[in-house]
Amino acid sequence: MSRPGGITTLAEHKRRRIDELTARTSEAGGVSLIRDAGRRLRRNPAALVGAGIILIFLIIAIFAPLVAPHDPVQRFPELTAKLTVDSIPGPAAGHPLGSDPLGRDFASRMIYGARQTLFVGVLATLIGLLFGVLLGAIAGAAGGWADVLIMRVTDVMLALPSLLLAITLVALASESTQWTVIIAVAVVNVPIFARLLRGSMLAQRESDHVLAARALGVKQRDIVTRHMLPNSLTAVIVQATLTFAVAILDAAALSFLGLGDPDINRAEWGLMLGVDGVHYLEVRPELAYFPAIAIILVALGFTLLGESMREALDPKNRR
Amino acid sequence: MPLLDVRDLSVVFQREGAEPFTAVDGVSFTVEAGQTVGLVGESGCGKSVTSLAIMGLLPRRGNRVTGEVFFEETDLLTLRPQDLRDRRGRDIGMIFQDPLSSLNPVIPLGLQVAEVLERHQGKSRAAALRQARELLDAVGIPDPDRRLREFAHQLSGGMRQRALIAIALACKPRLLIADEPTTALDVTIQAQILTLLKDLVEQSGTALVMITHDLGVVAGLCDTVNVLYAGKVVERAERHDLFAEPRHPYTHGLLQSVPRLDVDRGGRLHQIRGSVSDNIPWPEGCAFAPRCDRVIDDCIGETVPLTPTRRRDGALRCTNPVPQEVPA
Repeated sequence: MSRPGGITTLAEHKRRRIDELTARTSEAGGVSLIRDAGRRLRRNPAALVGAGIILIFLIIAIFAPLVAPHDPVQRFPELTAKLTVDSIPGPAAGHPLGSDPLGRDFASRMIYGARQTLFVGVLATLIGLLFGVLLGAIAGAAGGWADVLIMRVTDVMLALPSLLLAITLVALASESTQWTVIIAVAVVNVPIFARLLRGSMLAQRESDHVLAARALGVKQRDIVTRHMLPNSLTAVIVQATLTFAVAILDAAALSFLGLGDPDINRAEWGLMLGVDGVHYLEVRPELAYFPAIAIILVALGFTLLGESMREALDPKNRR
Repeated sequence: MPLLDVRDLSVVFQREGAEPFTAVDGVSFTVEAGQTVGLVGESGCGKSVTSLAIMGLLPRRGNRVTGEVFFEETDLLTLRPQDLRDRRGRDIGMIFQDPLSSLNPVIPLGLQVAEVLERHQGKSRAAALRQARELLDAVGIPDPDRRLREFAHQLSGGMRQRALIAIALACKPRLLIADEPTTALDVTIQAQILTLLKDLVEQSGTALVMITHDLGVVAGLCDTVNVLYAGKVVERAERHDLFAEPRHPYTHGLLQSVPRLDVDRGGRLHQIRGSVSDNIPWPEGCAFAPRCDRVIDDCIGETVPLTPTRRRDGALRCTNPVPQEVPA
């Protein structure tokens, strides 16, 4: 409503301004938690560094056959010729990182190693996460005997050092393959996820908004899946990203200890560090350094990304 | 027949290694359709526990709830949990004290309003969201389209409580229980929320149980008031009667402790001496006796019964009530 002469009132001006802002928001597709989190993530340098590291390793892992100069298991005559117990050939034409103790191309083995290591770490974490969340949700939501049973079992598992438990599990298997390692590392992580989720579920069960949902007659199943679980997952997400790093280290440790896949041709950083790296540390320390640095970098990447994801996903950080 | 008829409701907390504690002790009151009834008392007198017991929201373990809570023809206390769940939110709505923590922090507001419509009216998500928009509009939330997509922490305190009222009233319940709905809000917003509640309740004919420690809220809203002390109703009266002539020394003390603008300043504000922890158990006399200014020998010894007064809907639990002014 404009006054004669075209002068708009203050109220009208305000209203127009609000409409304008609303229109802009809805044009941008509205407000969305995921989109917001993504935008915050893109602005966080730590997240970018973490994501960058993981992305580089992922690309290397996926395109290993294209990136690697050679086949990782092939032994090269020009390398084996100069190979002795006291001297392992260093960088040479066609072999940028030189040879490993069996005359294979070290650079190619490092590149194929990314494939193995990431595969094992990611899969072990996801399997552990899946079962941990399932058990934790049941324990936290149901309570009673289910809770007691699940929690006592996790107590027993947590009482043992995780690596020792993983070693025991691998030792129990009749023959060791890559899958033994994955499952052992996954199982070790289940109680951590379960306990963490159960704890936050219990806190949620007593929270006002769950009481309010119950006062509205919301079904138990919906209360668990819509109200308790989404509010409890933050802690588990953080734990999962940290577990990526730990799972990679655990899998590497199992290989290092000789409990992984016994195939000597398999390129895996933990195995390379444990077998070649340790034995020939004085002859060619790079054999230990490069796999170790690679493991640390990947673990660092996951940790950085995980921490920033937690910050970004927390709705309280929205601006 | 009243809409809600609470008869002899008792809640006993039984904790391992501790004496059982009677939080609500034989409370009876009725709410007629469309009526607004207040439950008043200080912290720890059993107001909130009463409301949670009516809704069947107290944890099963460690609590013994006895008595009867008739909603129309059905005793809510004997209902199967799933049947009671069907009624909560549909027949009886509830609003809580803290509007921020009563909203789910990770779900947009729209979905929270829609949830109750989907649950009780079997609406599709789209239809529920459309109605959610109207509901937010009806409780005076500006720009509802945008608010539907926002999260609890993005709303102001008053807006959150408005949203909760919208959710509680979404299915047009016949009874709304409001547990201190304005305590967490500042005074100007309190007034707005109370006005809103009053308007909505009047428009829709919803009965309202108003739980509060604020006598100002009672004065503005309630038809009938139940004053609770240590888990028992100590005085019941129509609003006007209660404010004009409180009979129970506790009610009298509460009203005396409210600062007033029309009375001479300078003197100290009246206070009720002691605290709730000074109570004596009800079976041994009047729980309020140790704090009462009008205590006499008869107050201690046996339970003081709740007796009807001559006032309409009135009842009193006192051996030595504040005298009524003799009409000139």
